[in-house]
Amino acid sequence: MTAKKFWSWLAVFVAAFYFIVPLLATLEFSMRMRRGTYSFDAYRSVFADDRFASTFSYSVVMALITIVVGALLIVPTAYWVRLRMPYLRPVVEFVTLLPLVVPAIVIIFGYLRLYNSSSWLPLTNTDMGANALLVFGFMTMSLPYMYRAVDTAMRTIDVAVLTEAAESLGASWPTILFRCIFPNVLTGVLSGAFITFAIAVGEFTMPSLLNRPAFGPYLALIGANKAYEPPALAMIAFAMTWVSIILINITTRLQKGAAGAR
Amino acid sequence: MSYLELSHVQKSFGIVKVVHDFNMSINEGEFVSFLGPSGCGKTTVLRMIAGFESVTGGTITIGGVNQNGLKPNKRNIGMVFQAYALFPNMTVAENVAFGLKVAGTSKAEIEDRVKEMLDLISLGHLADRYPYQMSGGQQQRVALARALANKPKVLLLDEPLSALDAKIRVSLREEIRLIQRKLGITTIFVTHDQEEALSISDRIVVMNAGIADQIGTPSDIYNRPATRFVAGFVGTLNILEAKVENREAATVRVAGRSINIPPANLNGAGDGAAITVALRPEALSLSKTPSSDVALDGRVTSVNFLGSVIRTRMDVEGQQVSFDMFNNPGLQPPQIGEIATAHFKASDVLVIPN
Ligand SMILES: Nc1ncnc2c1ncn2[C@@H]1O[C@H](COP(=O)(O)OP(=O)(O)OP(=O)(O)O)[C@@H](O)[C@H]1O
Ligand SMILES: [Mg+2]
Repeated sequence: MTAKKFWSWLAVFVAAFYFIVPLLATLEFSMRMRRGTYSFDAYRSVFADDRFASTFSYSVVMALITIVVGALLIVPTAYWVRLRMPYLRPVVEFVTLLPLVVPAIVIIFGYLRLYNSSSWLPLTNTDMGANALLVFGFMTMSLPYMYRAVDTAMRTIDVAVLTEAAESLGASWPTILFRCIFPNVLTGVLSGAFITFAIAVGEFTMPSLLNRPAFGPYLALIGANKAYEPPALAMIAFAMTWVSIILINITTRLQKGAAGAR
Repeated sequence: MSYLELSHVQKSFGIVKVVHDFNMSINEGEFVSFLGPSGCGKTTVLRMIAGFESVTGGTITIGGVNQNGLKPNKRNIGMVFQAYALFPNMTVAENVAFGLKVAGTSKAEIEDRVKEMLDLISLGHLADRYPYQMSGGQQQRVALARALANKPKVLLLDEPLSALDAKIRVSLREEIRLIQRKLGITTIFVTHDQEEALSISDRIVVMNAGIADQIGTPSDIYNRPATRFVAGFVGTLNILEAKVENREAATVRVAGRSINIPPANLNGAGDGAAITVALRPEALSLSKTPSSDVALDGRVTSVNFLGSVIRTRMDVEGQQVSFDMFNNPGLQPPQIGEIATAHFKASDVLVIPN
């Protein structure tokens, strides 16, 4: 083994230690609820709590709505910018990057100020209004990832030529968008969707300030009051993240069969 | 009866005028090629016919209907692109069916039509393939079938063969022509390959810098170029500078000798006027035939073996002249550096209007 190889492997091991040891420690701790022996009691306790199911399903529904609304907003935008307003690209890219530098709490304070109960559009008065605000907030936070994923997928097809081909065959704008463009950028939408999902399910600030029964605030509540359940929840969240990543991989591979391997 | 009519069509992008004053009428079922160098505006004219660009001036009519202001998806014009432009998410059959589906055709009818179209391009066995699973030539045939499925009024092809290799290019252009004849569809074919245009067109439009320099049959364009540009762009004409010696006596001085050219061919050039004449390579030969009445002596500068013909280039008093002779294994081709004599008929000389 050359010296160079040795140092490369050392770097890999150090990094693995850095990630794996805390994970193993968390797992180990989460299984120590029953005195003297390892058990899944903490996990059982987590799943036994009704609030786990209700908050988690609420967050999943919100995440799915965010994904659908976000895709419907972002795909046409990215398409239009590519096709007709390429000079606007730098502006749009800058706007989509803003959520990375503006903290969620600032966004939500802005919302609360604009849409509070005494404003002319009092969205916070009703559950539906607050849910809508939450979806908008999630969408804003996922914008940098969603836009980039969609835009990258769009780069692999010749948007302009496909549009003209469809137009000369008599297609109208909705047909072009949903039959010719959307299916070809589905990979991008999906990878953006999974990141959006992860953000929406784990987010604490927005739902807690909007007083929504979401998974993030529930996680924080459990963390503050229990000992063994929080690491169990963390492991569950970790597993779900991996399932998401595997899903991304599978769908990407399935896409190749349908949309062409380039 | 003219079917597709372009009259005084102009196009500017900002202050840049790309198409100047384009006039042409194309008959129903005619196959017309646009031939010209890169950037001369071929694609722009085609895109105006398809409706992707609006005209800055003039009108385009199809079957008597003014197309100005009509959206591309309302024109029913078939379009084939250089980059194939098949929908990657659809199979071959779905691609061909796309236009029919959009038009609201019934399912059974779509099925029949798709089958008919795929048989036309002999790709029926690949109906369920995706575009990425096919060669460029196959993809372009599918694109052709897709463009024809809706029975368009006009078929436009923008350099459909440029991305393909030489062999396929020749066979596919013949296939396109065959299908076009079979369906009798009015077709415009854009190319910058003169051989392609000459071999398959009813008429050719030679374009230069946004103007149609000459519109004519392949034989017209090749044998009687109307401008110096056409003469230089189509074929490999020898262009020679000449001077009218005596108009009445019909003598013109070319490369140090006098030849006879009927005054009617001189386009009104008077005595002493400088004119340009052209000679096709195949009009010259090394052997003297009874009808060849002019001889040019020159030093051979290059000899290219092209298979069936040998192209020889020689220097005649500072002007380059090239000529072709059929390959004959029994004959010794000229050698570089030797003095050769080329013979031609004075009546083969073309006078190019300046
Ligand atoms: N959208 C546009 N904006 C500005 N200029 C344009 C635009 N489209 C074309 N042009 C210009 O118009 C001229 C003609 O372009 P066009 O594409 O019609 O040429 P072409 O004959 O098809 O050339 P090629 O053989 O390279 O395809 C070019 O100089 C080009 O730069
Ligand atoms: Mg072009």
